[in-house]
Amino acid sequence: MEPLLRLTGVNKSFGALTVSDNVTFDLPKGQALGIIGPNGAGKSTLFNLIGGALAPSSGMVMFKGQDVTAQPASARCRAGIARSFQIPHPFVGMTVFENLLVASSFGGAGHHDAREACHDILERTGLLPKANRPAGSLTLLERKRLELSRALATGPELLLLDEIAGGLTEAECHALVETIQAIHASGVSIIWIEHIVHALLAVVDRLIVIDFGKIVAEGAPRAVMADPMVQEIYMGISVDDQAA
Amino acid sequence: MTMIAHTQSKPVLQFGASVLILGGALLVLASAPFWAGRAELRLLMEALSYLALAQMWNLLAGYTGLVSVGQQAFVGLGGYLFFALAIFGGIGVVPALILSAFGTAIIAIPTGWLAFRLNGAYFAIGTWVIAEVYRLGVAQVSALGGGSGISLPVDIARSLAEGRAEREMVMYYIAFAIGTASVLLVWGILKSRWGLAMTAIRDSELAAETIGVNTRRLKFSVYVLTAGFTALAGGFLFLQKLRITPDAAFSVNDWTAFVLFIVVIGGLGTIEGPIIGTILFFALRQVAADWGTWYLMLMGAIAIGVMLMDKRGIWGWIAARTGWSLFPTRRLL
Repeated sequence: MEPLLRLTGVNKSFGALTVSDNVTFDLPKGQALGIIGPNGAGKSTLFNLIGGALAPSSGMVMFKGQDVTAQPASARCRAGIARSFQIPHPFVGMTVFENLLVASSFGGAGHHDAREACHDILERTGLLPKANRPAGSLTLLERKRLELSRALATGPELLLLDEIAGGLTEAECHALVETIQAIHASGVSIIWIEHIVHALLAVVDRLIVIDFGKIVAEGAPRAVMADPMVQEIYMGISVDDQAA
Repeated sequence: MTMIAHTQSKPVLQFGASVLILGGALLVLASAPFWAGRAELRLLMEALSYLALAQMWNLLAGYTGLVSVGQQAFVGLGGYLFFALAIFGGIGVVPALILSAFGTAIIAIPTGWLAFRLNGAYFAIGTWVIAEVYRLGVAQVSALGGGSGISLPVDIARSLAEGRAEREMVMYYIAFAIGTASVLLVWGILKSRWGLAMTAIRDSELAAETIGVNTRRLKFSVYVLTAGFTALAGGFLFLQKLRITPDAAFSVNDWTAFVLFIVVIGGLGTIEGPIIGTILFFALRQVAADWGTWYLMLMGAIAIGVMLMDKRGIWGWIAARTGWSLFPTRRLL
């Protein structure tokens, strides 16, 4: 079967700095893929290349069998790729509901009833009580949930989640994992970048490890985590995180 | 859903106040020819034209982030196209105004194609340079009077109405239509799904693009639309002056600096801002016009003062405190 997403030899460099080095992988439809790696390994860059915020220096990005390498982010969103940003970018002057409404009317959703769809998403992500509040008044945690809600409102087939669990308490993290499991179960394919590995492992079917812009390990999550090289990189992450 | 943390009476009170203020303002403006003297009427015509210029610049800069300091290009082109159509085309005043607006919008397409190659501050400077090129270009056209300009023949002005009083009344209602139409147009756009997308661009262009808004195409469309409407106001301003010269038509001071002052003082990215700014600007001009250079220095000081106190401008400051909106665009769940 044709993969939902295919990256072939994707390179990106800024001058002498290579942030994405010959990245090649397939994402089968329906899969939840986790991406881990140290800070600055090029994980967010990879999302920029898949989502269309950046154009690769060379290589090809295919989505649903179409070459989307030259398409801007808006076209890729309408085709079915949605993303949440690591640092939330809410539309602060609009209400929470309007944030979703604009995503649902311009994304690829084609909702029969946009209001109802937004209502359902807000209910699922727990933001319904804040629906008519300005997004600028939300706390950081709520802003992260808004990122996820707004991405869902575009009606994605592929959801890119960038460190959405960072800074959450254990209970909040658990609730988030359940939400993402439900989204995955509804048929949305997911690529999730996350440092909170136990949250990630509760959701993903497959894991990719990136270091210096390169894929250094990939496979079944438990097997990848057991790899001594990955453990060394991963231990590096823990130490870095504590230092930060 | 309810208005959380507000008493239920507050929105009702605010709605009532909005209707009263807008209704009152419309009534006063619509009846102006019956109560205002000749000088006041001329002042109101100019203020209504400036309101249109300010609404357009606000839509462009306040919502799509395109800070153009070259809008005088479209005032000038609108003015010259109007003169050309009225004098050489033999077209009536109102159709000529409308045609010059459409003509300018068409010219704005290649102009924008050029300007959109630049970003941020480079875009701002680029638009200014383009406006200068148009000024120099128009000054070469000898049929339009070259560098010394051209006057509108008396019979064209007379075609509006025979007597002077009637003519000024017709002129006033053209200005009234342009001013109110600019507000209604911006309000209508902001209430539509395109307005939702523009507000999203105002708050985060990156996020707007990511959720499927073709930001480049939308910004370009707004650029062309505002160019056309700016030209409409420009055509009218020179109909009122009855004479056009390249220096007056493409003046960065008159058609961009003052407009920028109006919008920034009133509140960038709001519909109310340009209205408040226009009232303040003309009130200030009436009081301080004969102070010479001091008047411009006072204006600069006020602009700096407002920016230091609240960079959202006067209306931005009020709205943040009260949540009030004269032109509500909120969609509630």
